[in-house]
Amino acid sequence: MELCARELSVWRGERCLFDGLDFELGPQQLGLVVGANGSGKTTLLRVLAGLSAATSGVISWRGSAPDSLPFEQRGEIAYRGHLDGLKRDLTVLENLRFYAAIWGGEMNLDELVADLALSSAAHVRVRYLSAGQQRRASLATLKLCAAKLWILDEPTTNLDADGRSKIVGWVRAHLASGGIAVVATHQPDEFRQRGTVLVEL
Amino acid sequence: MRLPRWFHLLGSPPFIYKLAGKVTPWLGVISCVLLAIGAYWGLVIAPPDRVQGEVYRVLFIHPQIAYVSVMAYVVMAVAAGIGYVWRIKLAHAVAVTAAPIGASFTACALATGSLWGRPTWGTYWQWTDPRIMSETLLLFLFLGYLALRAAFEDRDKADRVSAILAVVGVVDVPIIHYSVIWWNSLHQGPSIMKLDKPSIAPEMLTPFLIMVLAFTVCFLWLLLNGLRAEIVERERDSRWIQQLVEGANG
Amino acid sequence: MAPFLSIVDRDVRIAARRLSEAANPLLFFVIVTTLFPLALSPSSDEIREVGTGVLWVSTLLSSLLALEGLFRSDADDGSLEQLMLSPVPLGVTVLAKITAHWLITILPLIALVPILALSYSMPITALPTMFYALMLATPTLSVLVALGAALTVSLRRGGAIVGLLVLPLTAPVLIFGTRATDFGLHDQPTAGPLYLLAALAALALALGPIAIAAALRVGME
Repeated sequence: MELCARELSVWRGERCLFDGLDFELGPQQLGLVVGANGSGKTTLLRVLAGLSAATSGVISWRGSAPDSLPFEQRGEIAYRGHLDGLKRDLTVLENLRFYAAIWGGEMNLDELVADLALSSAAHVRVRYLSAGQQRRASLATLKLCAAKLWILDEPTTNLDADGRSKIVGWVRAHLASGGIAVVATHQPDEFRQRGTVLVEL
Repeated sequence: MRLPRWFHLLGSPPFIYKLAGKVTPWLGVISCVLLAIGAYWGLVIAPPDRVQGEVYRVLFIHPQIAYVSVMAYVVMAVAAGIGYVWRIKLAHAVAVTAAPIGASFTACALATGSLWGRPTWGTYWQWTDPRIMSETLLLFLFLGYLALRAAFEDRDKADRVSAILAVVGVVDVPIIHYSVIWWNSLHQGPSIMKLDKPSIAPEMLTPFLIMVLAFTVCFLWLLLNGLRAEIVERERDSRWIQQLVEGANG
Repeated sequence: MAPFLSIVDRDVRIAARRLSEAANPLLFFVIVTTLFPLALSPSSDEIREVGTGVLWVSTLLSSLLALEGLFRSDADDGSLEQLMLSPVPLGVTVLAKITAHWLITILPLIALVPILALSYSMPITALPTMFYALMLATPTLSVLVALGAALTVSLRRGGAIVGLLVLPLTAPVLIFGTRATDFGLHDQPTAGPLYLLAALAALALALGPIAIAAALRVGME
């Protein structure tokens, strides 16, 4: 099981975002994507998740291209970008219940909510939550799918110290259980551990 | 699927640019000659119609322009579809060139049809006529395609999004054809496409067909000319264009 | 099946919490059908003939209003991306959203039509045909407007252009729908146009989601 990128290059219009990118991530490996704002981190992550297409080069996740994964493999990649993916008019629990139905996840939602210190906010509509609470609720959905590859775009934005260490803990636990993760971040030292591949844009 | 070499050449902008450059002067000459012959024959030589008198002579212009307008849409939709499925930029270039040409032909068809309508039906416009309606809708489909393209800054996105619109719009094309069969209308039934003997007199048939060919060649001429311009615009940063420019300047 | 229902449930729930937004197209429909007689000042015979056309065009425009933003909020908050990456086929997601919005805005509209039809002096005998025609035509209209919404999902002011893109495509539905209603009005056999509407609906529901999904993927890149 691995995520492989070969000679990956992305052009947007007439601007080259990155060129000739090569890396490979195996189980328990973390890919840290670093670079200045606008260097193409978000684009790279979206390409890896299969939302955008690269201009040239090959990406393979367990042998298939991420934008044309066979349906059985669809639950294997979890992407969390800058947007929360939560409906603002639904409560936290309603959002989680929805995603559990979509991703087919079986989890005790109350425990999940408690784990992220959202118990008091569980029945509150997302639009009334603070930015940090919204970010935590959005990351909660990571546990609802049994994804093997986590692609996270600056996951610790808006989080306080507790929240950040919780997420770092989750990523570490995910890696330890054999998963792979790609994280774009401005604070690589938070996540860095053994077996980390640094991708600099 | 291994594709033959000529297929790959068809997708190569420099190749098409040069090929089109050689072909367009001929197309221009042929279309002018055919238009002249057909026009003279139809407008001067052919006898007046039993029923409509001299006015019927629009038969040598209007249906041909209308036919080319529909063909232009099909060309646009097919090219856009090919470009979308196989990611061939040149196909998108063909679609984008065909659109304004098709829109102009459609507008001309509506105008010439309206001029024909006044003396024969008594009215410049008949809202309930299906052919008029479908041709008007075709004009809107062309305009919609162009408007959608214009709304996107990223040309690649514009190409692919408008390709989807073009392919969906192609459903309108058979409806134009069958609408004449489905409803009573003031329009003549199809006089040429029926499988039995055409119901148009032979002295009129030949110039009619000559003009069909003439306008088709004219469309191809306009298309290839426009395509060359579009290729230059899209490839303006590439080496072969730079070389062409230097060659022209030097 | 379960994801389809979850998505329908989610969208209906959200609409229920934003009831005023869901009611807008309905109110628009009523206002437009009220404005026409004002503008046309038809005689009492003419009004019946005008009624068919007015009600159908109003339905068309109200559908446009109701569905042109179908994907925008999901695109803006990131839930569309998540659905695109999920095991649920995008075509199913699209169909679920169209169904939800049809239930929320179009069905109430169809329920209102008999009242407005009566205000246009249409005999009660014409109403069943109009009802069938609307039930068969509105799915097609919804699919087409959803296509316009998908094509413009990444545009900031996409709403303005959706009408131009979609309305020409809806012409056959409009033609058959008004034909069916008119035949019903004049006691002529209505089976022909109704079957054609049904065929268009089948075509739209079968192929539409594919085109819509393709448009969404390009738009969300």
